[in-house]
Amino acid sequence: MAHGDLVEYLLRLGDDRLVLGHRVSEWCGHGPILEEDIALANIALDLVGQANLLLGLAGREEGAGRDQDALAYFREAIDYRNALICELPKGDFAFTIMRQFLVSVHSVLLFEKLQHSGHTDLAGIAAKAFKETRYHARHCADWVLKLGDGTEESHARAQHALDELWRFTGELFDVDDVERRLIDAGVAADASAVRESWAQQVARVVAEATLRMPDDTFMQRGGRVGRHTEHLGHLLAEMQIVARSFPGATW
Amino acid sequence: MVTRARPDAQALWEAVAGVPDPEVPALSVVDLGIVRDIRVDAGEVVVDVTPTYSGCPAMHVIETDIVAAIRAAGADHVTVRTVYHPAWTTDWLSESAREALRRSGIAPPAPTSRDADELIPLRRREAPPVPCPWCGSRQTELRSEFGPTACKAIHFCNDCRQPFEHFKPL
Repeated sequence: MAHGDLVEYLLRLGDDRLVLGHRVSEWCGHGPILEEDIALANIALDLVGQANLLLGLAGREEGAGRDQDALAYFREAIDYRNALICELPKGDFAFTIMRQFLVSVHSVLLFEKLQHSGHTDLAGIAAKAFKETRYHARHCADWVLKLGDGTEESHARAQHALDELWRFTGELFDVDDVERRLIDAGVAADASAVRESWAQQVARVVAEATLRMPDDTFMQRGGRVGRHTEHLGHLLAEMQIVARSFPGATW
Repeated sequence: MVTRARPDAQALWEAVAGVPDPEVPALSVVDLGIVRDIRVDAGEVVVDVTPTYSGCPAMHVIETDIVAAIRAAGADHVTVRTVYHPAWTTDWLSESAREALRRSGIAPPAPTSRDADELIPLRRREAPPVPCPWCGSRQTELRSEFGPTACKAIHFCNDCRQPFEHFKPL
């Protein structure tokens, strides 16, 4: 197993959660009801917490003196390895919930495998994230049902969100040479192997929510090699400005 | 110059058992099951701690408090290590910890095996009601899946008309 592969893989896992966690945190103080404001803030906290552990591990494995803060606040967009779906603007509540549902189901399936990784620390982080993410998936599935099977307006918004997000889901299941080598070494989980299970879980909830599964379509990709949408730069500008304006500040 | 006797492992465990969880002060960090090991290694006390939730904001305070408790017990060199494996579970809460939760109005977590059968259980299949920690009634309902801290949800008792927190099984 090449060490660079492991660091790259940990960055992908960590960046997905950091960027999505930041997006979800944008709801803090803006949730549609108090309970949901707290729910989204808690989900964001879990995601940023997972990123903290994963990027911390990436930094230690890299051995170049970069900790999680250095990796989060002092990398450019082109160095970020998150999937594009994580960086899309939060949109309306239906869009945020639908994205969280789609990504959470993927995370549940991935972490379920990753908790058996041959890398002990990664396995421990994954075991914890698996349990947290199951809770997120259940919460979001419940909302997909409420929105889809709710009013005409909520149904339309949920369907629109699902249709808009669909072309960004393929990237979550891509396996390149880096991941293939780590899978063979017993370290990474094979994302391509959970695609069918993911589609079944999603289809089950979508059907019960009286929504329609989108048709297969061209899939957008590029995040894993640093080719991002224009949205990531704006997100990072906001997320990184304090750390970059006052490097090394503590409080 | 006065030198204090070096505390042994049992004294160190007792010292750490006096550190309350900052978010659930009814429980000590030992009750909570997050202190995994305490050992003395070449004159240095090493404490292994595992986080509850990945994003638990109390972890830093907990580490600082543990270091202070061990120094107060007479050891000068302390390192708190974060360990990730095996991952923390609410099944590690002792029976006395569960009773302490109940006494402070927080319903303790059920065993985690209860909901393990389905990967993504839909909440529409009603979960069994959580018994009210105040009056013991099962006429309770979930009000909010997320509460004031990452580890708790909010329920309401329809008998004694009290809201209460539930320590989520994880």
